[in-house]
Amino acid sequence: MNYKLDFTPVLDGLPSLLAACLGTFALALGGMALAIVIGIGGVMLRDSRIAPVRWFIKSFVEVIRNTPFLVQIYFIYFALPLAGLRLDPTPTAIIALGINGGAYAIEIIRGGVQSISRGQIEAGLALGLHKTQVFRLIVLKPALRAIFPSLTSQFVLLTLTTSIASAISAYELTSVAQQIETSSFRSFEVYGVVTVFYLVISWLMMRGFGLISTRYFSYPVK
Amino acid sequence: MGSDEFLFLLTGLKWTVALSAVGFLGGGIAGLAVALARTSELPLLERVTAGYIALFQGTPLLMQLFVVYYGLALIGLRLDAWVAVSIGFTLHASAYLGEIWRGSIEAVPKGQTEAAKALSLNYVSRMKDVVLPQAIRISLPATIGFLVQLIKGTSLAAIVGFTELTRAGNIISNQIFAPLLVFGIVGILYFIMCWPLSLYGARLERQFAATTR
Repeated sequence: MNYKLDFTPVLDGLPSLLAACLGTFALALGGMALAIVIGIGGVMLRDSRIAPVRWFIKSFVEVIRNTPFLVQIYFIYFALPLAGLRLDPTPTAIIALGINGGAYAIEIIRGGVQSISRGQIEAGLALGLHKTQVFRLIVLKPALRAIFPSLTSQFVLLTLTTSIASAISAYELTSVAQQIETSSFRSFEVYGVVTVFYLVISWLMMRGFGLISTRYFSYPVK
Repeated sequence: MGSDEFLFLLTGLKWTVALSAVGFLGGGIAGLAVALARTSELPLLERVTAGYIALFQGTPLLMQLFVVYYGLALIGLRLDAWVAVSIGFTLHASAYLGEIWRGSIEAVPKGQTEAAKALSLNYVSRMKDVVLPQAIRISLPATIGFLVQLIKGTSLAAIVGFTELTRAGNIISNQIFAPLLVFGIVGILYFIMCWPLSLYGARLERQFAATTR
């Protein structure tokens, strides 16, 4: 035990690490946006009249949820150029994150839609509410409220998953940490500090989602 | 892709299974301790384990592996990659399973503990004979769900240089220049491991929902 911890390389790299947090946020936000689009589209298509479409959506969800993200991102990284899409690692990572998060989003959103009972919608219409009002007040808001906790914890997980995008050298926190580690050999110090970075990021996200939740969804339900 | 390459993938698969098993069993034993500490009603113990869980649930698994891997080297332990990643996954699993089982222990009706206390059962007997048997049943779907997460998570050992299934795939893909074929097969192998577990977990969950209605 004669090893001296030396944080100098980490302190020197602090500006680039802080900048890399923006890269992590960009991946997370891009992934979340794509995941929501895939989630809503997937839920609509899941009960399609065309059997192959239903079958495709269900298989998509099962395959994504039962294979590692690292294998998915490698596959997409090599598959996109063959499909004629020449993209940088960072947009490629956003697509991979969106596809992965989308499969989970489909399952979560489906549960929320199923939690709305027909009777509520009929009651709203009987009270003379307009169709759009019924959708906004009786379908959308309670459904959002029902799925908000699981959807947001899935988003926090997605944000932590962005670190795996370093495997295809997308620009984010982990890949910048690896660069500092390679040039300084202060592995433990670099990764220890970056771990704290991630802890702060996920804590901020949880706080942010918690505030939204109390602001919009904290009314009593009978 | 010849039979030699495929056999190399299967060797990687063997290590994936071994790593998942070690992480799940080691993490299970440590996780039980974490769950009991989280429900001990001793403020200090509860706060320390809450922090332990938050640390693992709020950081990427990849970072956890890096910190454990280099941290062990730092305190002068010359361990090979296999031991280092096993320790990493064991710690990771102990935090997640500890949190799952805490929830299950708390989901056992309070009257059960009170009745056991009224019968003057001591803590060990109360937990062993009354609370835990019920908690285990409640926790099964989530525990199996976590096992699937863990099997998928072991792929990250590839990044710290441990040759499990994903890294074996990487090596073969670089040899024969057929990334889509190789990662397709690797994905199918993971799917064969994980999907039956996922289905079993979902079935248990449905059964449980039906019996508690």
